[in-house]
Amino acid sequence: MTSFVSLSSAMARGFFRDRTALFFTILFPLMFLVLFGGLFKDAGASKTDILQIGAVPVVDQLPAEAAAGLDQVLAVTRTSDRAAALEEVRKGDKAAAIEQVGGELIVHYSAADAVKSATVRGIVESLVQQANLAAAGVTTPSVTMRAQPVEDQSLKAIQYMTPGLLGWAIATGATFGAALTLVTWRQKKILRRLRLSPVPLASIIGARVSVSIVIAAAQCAMFIGVALLPYFGLQLSDQWWAFIPVMIAGTLAFLSIGLVAGAAAKTPEAASAIANLITLPMAFLSGAFFPLDGAPKWLQQLSEFFPLKHLVSSMQDVMVRGESFAVTLPDIGLLLGFTVVLAGVAAFLFRWDDA
Amino acid sequence: MQPMSPTIKVEELRKAYGELRAVDGVSFEVQTGEFFGILGPNGAGKTTTLEMMEGLRKPDSGSVSLFGESPWPRNPRLLPRIGVQLQASAFFERLTAREQIRTFASLYGVPARKADEWLAVVGLEDMAGKRNEDLSGGQQQRLSIACALAHGPDLVFLDEPTSGLDPQARRNLWDVLRDISAQGRTVVLTTHYLDEAESLCDRVAIMDHGRILQSGPPATLVRDLDAPTRISIETGTLTAEAARGLADGLEVTDDGVSLTIATRTPAPVLSALAERDALRGLSVRGATLEDVFLHLTGREYRA
Ligand SMILES: Nc1ncnc2c1ncn2[C@@H]1O[C@H](COP(=O)(O)OP(=O)(O)OP(=O)(O)O)[C@@H](O)[C@H]1O
Ligand SMILES: [Mg+2]
Repeated sequence: MTSFVSLSSAMARGFFRDRTALFFTILFPLMFLVLFGGLFKDAGASKTDILQIGAVPVVDQLPAEAAAGLDQVLAVTRTSDRAAALEEVRKGDKAAAIEQVGGELIVHYSAADAVKSATVRGIVESLVQQANLAAAGVTTPSVTMRAQPVEDQSLKAIQYMTPGLLGWAIATGATFGAALTLVTWRQKKILRRLRLSPVPLASIIGARVSVSIVIAAAQCAMFIGVALLPYFGLQLSDQWWAFIPVMIAGTLAFLSIGLVAGAAAKTPEAASAIANLITLPMAFLSGAFFPLDGAPKWLQQLSEFFPLKHLVSSMQDVMVRGESFAVTLPDIGLLLGFTVVLAGVAAFLFRWDDA
Repeated sequence: MQPMSPTIKVEELRKAYGELRAVDGVSFEVQTGEFFGILGPNGAGKTTTLEMMEGLRKPDSGSVSLFGESPWPRNPRLLPRIGVQLQASAFFERLTAREQIRTFASLYGVPARKADEWLAVVGLEDMAGKRNEDLSGGQQQRLSIACALAHGPDLVFLDEPTSGLDPQARRNLWDVLRDISAQGRTVVLTTHYLDEAESLCDRVAIMDHGRILQSGPPATLVRDLDAPTRISIETGTLTAEAARGLADGLEVTDDGVSLTIATRTPAPVLSALAERDALRGLSVRGATLEDVFLHLTGREYRA
């Protein structure tokens, strides 16, 4: 036990005194968050831009609640220049232009973007129907329509990016930390020296596990702290802290990847290369940087094989989508199973010495 | 002398790296409390022998037993009882000297305070707050030795402990090692330095090309060699001619700096020189392990 504690503290000191390692594990991912969080700050739910030419009573006289609902899906710009408005639609700058001539509501749209124009037509149609019902004296319609965007469409960029980039940061930190410790400790003969002391191998690995978890916790604190700043405006769900178990399971999974890389590699350069080769493509293919909803089906299926996908999606579920802890259980199970298998491989490949 | 039980028993140890037979049939015993030295030039196979004894390398054939147990595979019963200073120092990255020794000590359950005392023993208390990357080679070497000794092992392996030390530090370390040995601990050390082996070891094994050429107490090895004493004086004090006339059977050489007379009966030669007032730059050197090595291998010893 004392050997576990002293090895952990030796390892942690070594890490926190290494400026390069600190930069790449904590500041570098944070820079991504700051950069993208700032860039896509206003790119919230993808609203459809339309123009309103002159007065359109059907829209203008909507009750406050309905107006707010409309606001979520349509960004309406008012104009009085009809010709310019139509030109904008033709060029594809705006999805549509609406005008009302007496009892007729006209939607000018371009066929160029079928999806958007269909969205606008659908919404306008529902507005017209509501207006007709109201005119007919039906105050409480038996069926009403409410436009409710779902899932990622509704997540502001920062909501999506915080768990995504954090998952990537944790994965990279754990993988590189384990791989580089193993290789440098072997290369610098520290493992050899430890082999001569009565310390069990389990204490050495245990120390690495505890240090990786501390580093992951530090990454979480920094990420969430920065994203919560009003400028970025992250909004956490009530049970956001339920991400902690899946975060730990993810750390273990990537630690075991790192141990395999470190056991297989002979030099720190080789270990870094292997770790990069594993974590970088995985980050792109697991939805850590951008949502996979629009990606081809095969890619979405492929992503299920990546531990990062499970880490990121579970973290998003509880941190920003308001899901409960129970939702993360299958992913936790998968990540732990993955850990057991890879830790076994690492134990098989482990060498104290490269002589 | 009392009958002692062997702490180390090495039998017919062999290790080859490809074609190269680094250790080629080495056998010896080291008794409890003995100070044993392995002496030999670069590449003799000293480190390889030591590493097989420590359990870091698996012998190709032959056996090692420490306290009656085999060190290979990693033997947790032996580990607390042995202390090892490796030829290439191994330290945790970016830790200070104090943190290093405390970490190593705690692996053996030794408290920090006792670990700190060892820094003082090897004269590093002023360097305690320095990171190992900032220590000089000799300071690292001393730290590495302190780390090997801090848990009070019964058996200590030191691989060239004084290489890289200045003469003062070297003498100080000798004192430390003599203390350790005086406490009844068994010490095995390798060295290039013949004087070191002569001054510290109860027994030395002279090794070359993977084999032990001879072993025994340094004084016995030297005596058995029956080598002449060398008397040197400054060149020009006496001609070689005159020197040869001092006594019978003298071997005289003059290298332009000093004139050296080799003799088995130094006393009459010395008094003859004194009579002639030809003692300028006098030095008298008895046979050393260097002569033993020269005799055994037929080549000059070069560390
Ligand atoms: N890992 C290795 N792989 C291949 N050859 C090796 C290895 N280690 C040592 N050797 C070779 O084995 C021989 C004995 O090496 P060893 O390190 O035991 O010598 P040594 O007596 O300790 O020398 P030194 O005084 O330089 O430390 C040398 O010729 C060396 O080149
Ligand atoms: Mg050596």
